[in-house]
Amino acid sequence: MAEYKWPAPAERTLIGKRISRVDGAVKVSGHAKYSYDYNPKGLLFGKVLRCPHAHARVTSIDTSAAEKMAGIKAVQIVQKPGTEVLWQGDDIVAVAAVDEPTAEDAIRAIQVKYEVLPHNVSDAEPPAGAGEGPAGPMTEDDLENALGNQVPDAQVISDLQKRGVTFQVTDDMTKELKGYGVSDAVINALKAAAYHPEAASQPRSPYQKMAAQTQGDPDKGFASAEVTSEGVYGAPVITHCCLETHGSAAEWPSSDHLLVHCSTQGVSGLPDQYAQALKIPAGNVRAHQDHIGGGFGSKFSPDRWGIATAQLSKSAGGKPVKYMLERDSELMTAGARPSAYARVKVAAKGDGTLVAWQSDSWGTGGPAGAGSPPLPYVFEIPNQRKQHTAVRTNQGPARAWRAPNHPQAAVITMCALDDLAHKLNMDPVEFFAKNLDMTGPRAPIYKEELPLAAELMGWKQKWHPRGDKSEGPIKRGVGLSMHTWGGRGHASNCLLSIHPDGSVDIKMGSQDLGTGTRTAILIVAADSLGIPMNAITLNIGDTMYPPDGGSGGSTTIGGVSSSTRRAALMALDQLFAKVAPALKAQPADLEARDGTVRVKSEPSRSLSWKQACAKLGAMPLSVTGKNPGPGNLINSGVGGVGMADVSVDTETGIVKVNKMVAVQDCGLVINLKTAESQCYGALIMGISYALYEEKVLDPVTGRMLNPNMEFYRLAGLRDIPELMVHMMTDPLNENRGVIGLGEPPVISPGAAISNAVANAIGVRVPFLPLTPDRVLAALEQQQKAGA
Amino acid sequence: MKKNVRIVINGAEHRAEVEPRLLLVHFLREVAGLTGTHIGCETSLCGACTVLLDGMAVKSCTVLAVQADGRSITTIEGLAASENLHPIQEAFWEEHGLQCGYCTPGMILCAHDLLQQNASPSEQEIRDGIGGNLCRCTGYQHIVNAVKAASRKMNQRQRAAARAAD
Repeated sequence: MAEYKWPAPAERTLIGKRISRVDGAVKVSGHAKYSYDYNPKGLLFGKVLRCPHAHARVTSIDTSAAEKMAGIKAVQIVQKPGTEVLWQGDDIVAVAAVDEPTAEDAIRAIQVKYEVLPHNVSDAEPPAGAGEGPAGPMTEDDLENALGNQVPDAQVISDLQKRGVTFQVTDDMTKELKGYGVSDAVINALKAAAYHPEAASQPRSPYQKMAAQTQGDPDKGFASAEVTSEGVYGAPVITHCCLETHGSAAEWPSSDHLLVHCSTQGVSGLPDQYAQALKIPAGNVRAHQDHIGGGFGSKFSPDRWGIATAQLSKSAGGKPVKYMLERDSELMTAGARPSAYARVKVAAKGDGTLVAWQSDSWGTGGPAGAGSPPLPYVFEIPNQRKQHTAVRTNQGPARAWRAPNHPQAAVITMCALDDLAHKLNMDPVEFFAKNLDMTGPRAPIYKEELPLAAELMGWKQKWHPRGDKSEGPIKRGVGLSMHTWGGRGHASNCLLSIHPDGSVDIKMGSQDLGTGTRTAILIVAADSLGIPMNAITLNIGDTMYPPDGGSGGSTTIGGVSSSTRRAALMALDQLFAKVAPALKAQPADLEARDGTVRVKSEPSRSLSWKQACAKLGAMPLSVTGKNPGPGNLINSGVGGVGMADVSVDTETGIVKVNKMVAVQDCGLVINLKTAESQCYGALIMGISYALYEEKVLDPVTGRMLNPNMEFYRLAGLRDIPELMVHMMTDPLNENRGVIGLGEPPVISPGAAISNAVANAIGVRVPFLPLTPDRVLAALEQQQKAGA
Repeated sequence: MKKNVRIVINGAEHRAEVEPRLLLVHFLREVAGLTGTHIGCETSLCGACTVLLDGMAVKSCTVLAVQADGRSITTIEGLAASENLHPIQEAFWEEHGLQCGYCTPGMILCAHDLLQQNASPSEQEIRDGIGGNLCRCTGYQHIVNAVKAASRKMNQRQRAAARAAD
């Protein structure tokens, strides 16, 4: 039996090296196919009529004129009259036509009438007295929103138990919900929920106050403190803005078989979602994806438009229909990171030891509200009191955004701590270092990382007490932040076959988001089998292959690397058993190295890989490596430190980042090249949300004011500073196994940049993004306070 | 009122009857079937659809197919003269100037335009030269490195060719 562990450092031929991505050639030559590029003969083009109101009820839909138009092949009502629409841009009617302009013409010919309802798109602080007490009983819409917006079962059940419902729960209703795949636990909680018919007609507050959480004795903590700092901090709703928009192409090869090419972060998870909506067996749905143009947490579902695309295809006799979101629809509807704001009070002893934390936080995730970010972040301050209020708005539904809730938690916590360091007259590096024992099991990592980051930044030379006192309008400053993330690995199945002719192939239902998953799988397989990467054929991105987890939560590398390692070791076990007699050795004495199978103690006694595989006989050898599985190959929990050096023009309010440092651990690195690239990419994404990104909604009309890439600005080439990335690759880290990396490095940049700006100009700009108007407003307030 | 156009794409002539409102990017993707030219923002802000029009980089979402009538287009599929990759393509691969790769064809063609005008651009000139192309994944640093490496490769090959000709 193989022992399931990673090869020792000296035995690694590929793992941990800088390896160029295997899909580089197809991507640089334009031959890589994205879902957007699926262009079969006879393709029909979809378009969707979207609701122009932030909150409305559909009263009538007239599609007759569109249906009569030449070139229109199908019309599908997505949300029928009577439906309450909860955000601008939600799908109402979809059409399919022979070309895109004709589909657009048809959309213009459709008449939809709405009863416009009052909306709320403001996630401003709850007014005094609002949101007192628990939220009222759940309405049918509340329940539908929770179930339709991926609210975890545990939360739905707890809401049902605590709040009850305003409607009568019928057998038909529970049967229907079961048909949609709602779990028995939720249905049982619904049946048991208290019935409050009187609450249905009562107006409801958009503010849902969650239960307060207390730890230790916050009052005593604050009383014992020598220095207390108070402030307000936060980050707004932003979008994912993937360069390839959401969307899919769908076709029906037969009346009950669906084939979809969908831009997705989870290929294996799609069939079930289509099957529920279309009432066909999940096994009849095939999903395929070669490449995806960005997801960042927003692409796990077919979405309403994807289901509609499949329905259009069905109405059009099964012909392929493609619908990719337009850029404005993408920004309005296809991804919103919840906002989070907090009023924070934090206190320390005179020597800088943290003693107490209090936060009143709020934020919106759209119609379903939003959960609290993990506060205080990273530091387990002994005495805490925290309260969160979820604000229900017509912002559009929340979606996971790279490291859900963590960048917001970092902004709230690390900025509050930086303000406290200032009050203590301490250098923030010393202040953070002083409290690292409060970071729990990751303390040893941070203790290594913090001084290293400071050295890479040149912190000692650059840091000065708050407010750059040098002459002229340009002020310079430095700031820092720390972060953490889980990782581990999702479920994964690696089907590995070795053929008698020596060829090797791997089939996995996984997907490569551009992070380099294909390359990582091949590195692990080739290193394990002792053959070159290009001797292995890798097939991923299809439901014809064994199912693999969705790429979220930085779980892909842990999942695919461990299942592949296990598959390779299992395959070698079987191969060695066949080869051992020919080498007059025991299977346990063999190893696969340098394209040979040989006796460990006497490497000259060997067979070439091809000769060895010929011993398999007529049948290929096929094994499935799984995650989870035997051996400790993966782990969870990383720590990282981010630092920023900025210049602020105090006359224009423009912030320019001069340098960013990311020091990050991620256990055993599979490919140093792609691992570093995750950090570089995260830094620029961090600069982007720190300085530019915000989903701006008009409180009067409820509409998004910047649904285009001119005013929803992403950081560009001119915005990149000097970037320094350092991966912690010492044996201590490597021995932990593989840990995911996609998310963590994006967490700190916002807080680090905000702290650097405060260090430069001497005053806190409370909310991201740090736009010129916000910087100038903070400077003006500072001036007024000084005068 | 449809119009006849004749557009040379990657050396091959394409004739079609098109609506005057048809954008060049849609002509390339849907009429010529060349999907390496990607659609990102639709409003000439992201540069994913960049192609060479008579050798000059343009964003093909802001050019009408009828404006390209009688002219010559190079898309990413036609950049390399042979089976091999163009030095800029090699450099983007080797320097890891891409992750998801969606912006890559536009980046490479824009870099091509830059290197035609300035064979040895400085780091700042690279950032300015391809600053109209957006990337959401890489952090740009490796893209800048790739353009630098491409410049070195192209200059070396030119020198070698010049020596061979002597």
